[in-house]
Amino acid sequence: MSVKPYIIPVDGRVMACLDASVYSNPVVDHAVWASRRLSAGLTFLHVLDRKPSRRPEADFSGNIGMSTQSDLLTELVELDARNSKIAIRQGRELLNNARIRAEQAGIATPDGIQRHGALADTLTEMESKVRLFVIGKRGEAADFNTGHLGANLERVVRSVHRPLLVASRQFKPIERFAIAFDGSPTTRKCVEMVAMSPLLKGLPCLLVIAGKVTADTRKALDCAKEHLQGAGFTPEEVVVAGDAEQVITEQVNGRQIDLLVMGAYGHSRIRHLIVGSTTTAILRNCHIPVLLLR
Amino acid sequence: MDFLQSVRREWFSNIRGDVLAGLVVALALIPEAIAFSLIAGVDPKVGLYASFCIAVVIAFTGGRPGMISAATGAMALLMVTLVRDHGLEYLLAATVLTGVLQILAGYLRLADLMRFVSRSVVTGFLNALAILIFLAQIPELINVPMAVYPMVVAGLVIIYGLPRLTRRIPSPLVAIVLLTVAAVVFGIPVPNVGDKGELPDALPVFLLPDIPWNLQTPMIILPVSLTLMVVGLLESFLTAQIVDDLTDTPSDKHREAKGQGIANMVSGFFGGMAGCAMIGQSVINVKSGGRGRLSSLLAGVYLLLMVVFLSDWVGLIPMAALVAVMIMVSIGTFSWQSIANLKHHPRTSSLVMLGTVVVTVATHDLAKGVLTGVLLSALGFARKVSQVVTVSSRLEDEGATRRYTVTGQVFFASAGQFLDAFDFGEVIEHIRIDVSRAHFWDLSAVGALDRIVLKFKREGVEVELIGMDEASRTMVDHLGVHDKPGARQSPAH
Repeated sequence: MSVKPYIIPVDGRVMACLDASVYSNPVVDHAVWASRRLSAGLTFLHVLDRKPSRRPEADFSGNIGMSTQSDLLTELVELDARNSKIAIRQGRELLNNARIRAEQAGIATPDGIQRHGALADTLTEMESKVRLFVIGKRGEAADFNTGHLGANLERVVRSVHRPLLVASRQFKPIERFAIAFDGSPTTRKCVEMVAMSPLLKGLPCLLVIAGKVTADTRKALDCAKEHLQGAGFTPEEVVVAGDAEQVITEQVNGRQIDLLVMGAYGHSRIRHLIVGSTTTAILRNCHIPVLLLR
Repeated sequence: MDFLQSVRREWFSNIRGDVLAGLVVALALIPEAIAFSLIAGVDPKVGLYASFCIAVVIAFTGGRPGMISAATGAMALLMVTLVRDHGLEYLLAATVLTGVLQILAGYLRLADLMRFVSRSVVTGFLNALAILIFLAQIPELINVPMAVYPMVVAGLVIIYGLPRLTRRIPSPLVAIVLLTVAAVVFGIPVPNVGDKGELPDALPVFLLPDIPWNLQTPMIILPVSLTLMVVGLLESFLTAQIVDDLTDTPSDKHREAKGQGIANMVSGFFGGMAGCAMIGQSVINVKSGGRGRLSSLLAGVYLLLMVVFLSDWVGLIPMAALVAVMIMVSIGTFSWQSIANLKHHPRTSSLVMLGTVVVTVATHDLAKGVLTGVLLSALGFARKVSQVVTVSSRLEDEGATRRYTVTGQVFFASAGQFLDAFDFGEVIEHIRIDVSRAHFWDLSAVGALDRIVLKFKREGVEVELIGMDEASRTMVDHLGVHDKPGARQSPAH
């Protein structure tokens, strides 16, 4: 995978995506934290992605009369209109609550906006004004018990080009963070971005490497550490043999890490179809916030 | 990923709804397919095979999930002469050719031309179609046993009355079953479907149409196929628009054109006639909860299973029951609102709608009707826009110059008006014509301007043209003669 020259956004706002899931409050808290660390403005976004409504009861009468078509259209439009109005009202409430919560946490004048459309498309449209997106691990549409990620999250991760902070179920003050490192251009880029951003400045940092350390990885690792030290970090490293998903999850849980930084979806889509991606697996298994860098 | 996602959305996002709606649609397709075969003058099995092939193939190839395509009345009406004069094999060949032409139309993006078909033409199309479907039922109502009439009435009463009691079973099906049972049990001597020709007793098989491969064959089938292509695509695009509106989702019209083409080719090779999207069935599908591609696929499969395994019973269905169903289709297709609208819609729109209906009903050819409608609406539009030209004038330079200011659209329909606005009788030294806020669209406009300039010159008046905007100037430079030395007469008119 080739790495395009990446321009790290240094202006723009932190944008937090809200919906009516249990992640709504944690998303606000994570966003507040990021907004303060970055001294960036905070915007809350609620996207109304309308699914076509189902008629309340089935009609198998199978006949068409003088105005069946127009009656049907009116009925379906009214059904959608009713649902949309409720959704807009709910969204407005979410945004208001989020703003109050953010203001109480000391953020001055957080914004709230509502848009119609698909989440991923809307975020892509807004990207130019955004420095960091914050999103919940699962949305209201995702099924909880299955442990699956929201389908929306994966689409968002694939389509936006800004750093994406995936909020965990509960916000905990971030005191230590880890970077998933394998020496690939993507992870080297991650290190560079961490070094340059005020987001994690001054926090203890751990580089987690899964598998054997080859000469090349060693070189990349030393280079990364140097880079981080230059930016005032004191990086430690831990190398554990094994599968990336498992190693990272274990290290993160075992060493009281509060946030994981990783590159998003390094593998091709074809591979992803067959084996699923490491990113998805780690997102699913780690119960801490994950900062995904593209 | 995106492909898998769209497959999941278009096929499996509404399984329950699609499975049930497919059944309702299949039950409604059977009488229609039989009736439309009879309109075309072929055995019922031709329409039934066609409906099966088209519904199944279009489920995969179409551009509008949730839309139902099968053998249709609009298409059947266009085949009558071909079938009567040359027989079924030519119809099958014409069907395959129609498919080829529609695929071509898909690649040539012919759907973009739909923007020239105005709303009034569409209404006219629907009304004409409804009238033709109704008229096609008349032969089944003339010179038949008296028992047919009460049966048709009973059928209509069930079709429109039953949904008031329950919406859980399709009322046209109940009407057909009850009338069939009544006819059989009481031995009522009325014509039935079995009298009208062969019903399918096996799955369709692949066959090349048995036609002579000579130069005459294409001469016979090509005109028919061209009309079939146009009408099939028109009705399909129109239906797609209706489904788009009902479900508030977009469709791919170009893919639909190719899909219709593939479906018709398959239909032709498997012994079916050409078809297209069906407005009534698509509305029924959406009403019954169908949204995805699955409903169309299942409608086709159910239809074939029912017909093949119940062919003995299908043959017993009295024609009166079919007529009742077709009257329902015709009532449902007609835009009743358009009659009330005649009063307060613009007269040109009503004229376009009525023109489309009259020509279609007179020729039994929806393509001709639509062409008439498109031409009428173009004429109406030209007439309206031609009123958007004004010429005002005032004296300048202490009475030595008259300045004419032209604004608006100058073209063939307004050129005369434009010419008449100048006063050639006035004795004056200098004329200034300001066309900076006018548009010259065509040769007629240029010709009119030429005549004005030449006429003034002959009266000894100096003419100055100013403010010619870039578009008009290019036109005049290319076509006009007045600014060239020695010009005497414009060749442009």
